[in-house]
Amino acid sequence: MKVTKELVKKVASNARLKLTDEEIEGFVPELKEILDYFSKLDGLNTGSIKPSFHPIEIKNVMREDEAKESLGVEEALLNTKNKKDSYFKGPRSL
Amino acid sequence: MKAGDFVEGITLGKIDAVASIKKIINEAEEVNKEYNYFNAICKKEAIEQAEKLKIHPKGKLAGLAVSVKDNICVNGVETTAGSMILKNYRPLFNATVIEKLVKEGAIIIGKTSQDEFGFGGFNINVGLAKKIPKNPINKERVTGGSSGGCAGFTSITKNPHVSIAESTGGSIVNPAAFCGVIGLCPTYGLLSRYGLIDYANSLDKIGIMAKSIEDIELVLDVVKGHDEKDSTSLDMELQGIKAKKIGIIKESMNVDKEINGIIMDKIKALGIKYEEVSMPLVSEYGIAVYYLIAVSEASTNLAKFSGMRYGYEEKLEGDFNEYFSRIRNNAFGREAKRRIILGTFARMAGFRDQYYLKAMKARTLIINEYKKAFEKYDLLVSPTMPIIAPKFSEVNKLTPLQNYMMDILTVGPNLAGLPHITINAGYKEKMPVGIMFIGNHLAEKSLIEICKNKAFKSN
Repeated sequence: MKVTKELVKKVASNARLKLTDEEIEGFVPELKEILDYFSKLDGLNTGSIKPSFHPIEIKNVMREDEAKESLGVEEALLNTKNKKDSYFKGPRSL
Repeated sequence: MKAGDFVEGITLGKIDAVASIKKIINEAEEVNKEYNYFNAICKKEAIEQAEKLKIHPKGKLAGLAVSVKDNICVNGVETTAGSMILKNYRPLFNATVIEKLVKEGAIIIGKTSQDEFGFGGFNINVGLAKKIPKNPINKERVTGGSSGGCAGFTSITKNPHVSIAESTGGSIVNPAAFCGVIGLCPTYGLLSRYGLIDYANSLDKIGIMAKSIEDIELVLDVVKGHDEKDSTSLDMELQGIKAKKIGIIKESMNVDKEINGIIMDKIKALGIKYEEVSMPLVSEYGIAVYYLIAVSEASTNLAKFSGMRYGYEEKLEGDFNEYFSRIRNNAFGREAKRRIILGTFARMAGFRDQYYLKAMKARTLIINEYKKAFEKYDLLVSPTMPIIAPKFSEVNKLTPLQNYMMDILTVGPNLAGLPHITINAGYKEKMPVGIMFIGNHLAEKSLIEICKNKAFKSN
């Protein structure tokens, strides 16, 4: 697997991580070593095998769509400093 | 004193709940100065709870002190999963397991140290501004991880206590083995994950650490069971019998000679029929499959942390992309960033089938390999870890991949969602060596039974 600085930068940007140049440089050989190891799986034949998204078979669980008690506005805002008039305040979007 | 005897003493009024809690909190504070097992100690809340309990002493765990891994939500107590990005986050609710414990009179004494979000096997990848815990037997060595604080305090305390830990790829049995205590990682879904800060949803399991198997049994009975708030939680009864035949995993015995000797002596002392069984797929592909699934799920789970609504915040400067990218880079530790990048890559268009989907299919083959072995054996056995707890100076030299390889014996049962338990089997260089038993799904009773075997009576 060819791991370049550009690839690390692109993936980091997709993941919303503003890495420093030093971090990018450090990750290149580390990620290469790990991805090369992962490619060991290429040798395993999994042609018609079904994927196991969970270790145990899981069924969909449905419930009635009924309103239940939930957090009040004041409580929901307890964990942030960035709030105004019973709203969360976030960075600008435009 | 065993937890059961302690609880009886409390309910009969022979033991003072307030005095006992003050005693263990003082101990935790003292120990923490030297060993760093706790990210938070909830002294005030614990004493208040003990005072209430003193008036009406009741419950299956009345007055019992419980420490909790920092990634499990406790109402009103700072819960960070060991990460700077959750700094100051105080949940407004209890995780289901905490709710069940408290209902039965247990008292939460604090949140224990862990690798950030569970990303590590030595508990050295603690989040920014967190302290690294030290092994209770030798301070130059690691506790193991990622539930290192749980294991360290369980080992060192002289008071009745159990710990609630969590495992994704071995984070319960690894530190329990390195610190010489018992660690049970239950069947996937046996305990509700509601209120657990996710690492990898298809792998995460909450479990228990304690000094005695009776303590584990007592607490398991309280915390297990279906929860409508967790759609993956099981609605099934525990099974398992007294093991009559055990399979020794051949490939797992290729580790350290001295450790193998200790494990073989213990197996012989059990007085149960045993033979070797080969599990080539899990030993060859386990690490790659595990890490691909774990980092893929972790990178999606960590996408929600953005410096808004809760946790670490900065001044709202720049547009949302700039703000989120800056916050995330400032508040995640190096290993968290590494796993986010690996996971994002493995799920990207063009690579998804080769990595992520392939790993999910390989998991099916690994599960089938275990299922086949359980047609013949009641339990499987191997050393818990390939080494004893290493020194900090040794661990610092390892590359990330060499770090991942330390999970070689524990990723298998975690991938397959199988219950497994570690108990001390002996010592190498005065450090504990754990033996790990793996059971079929829901066979927790077999695991508990084997730990009551006469071979472990000296523990």
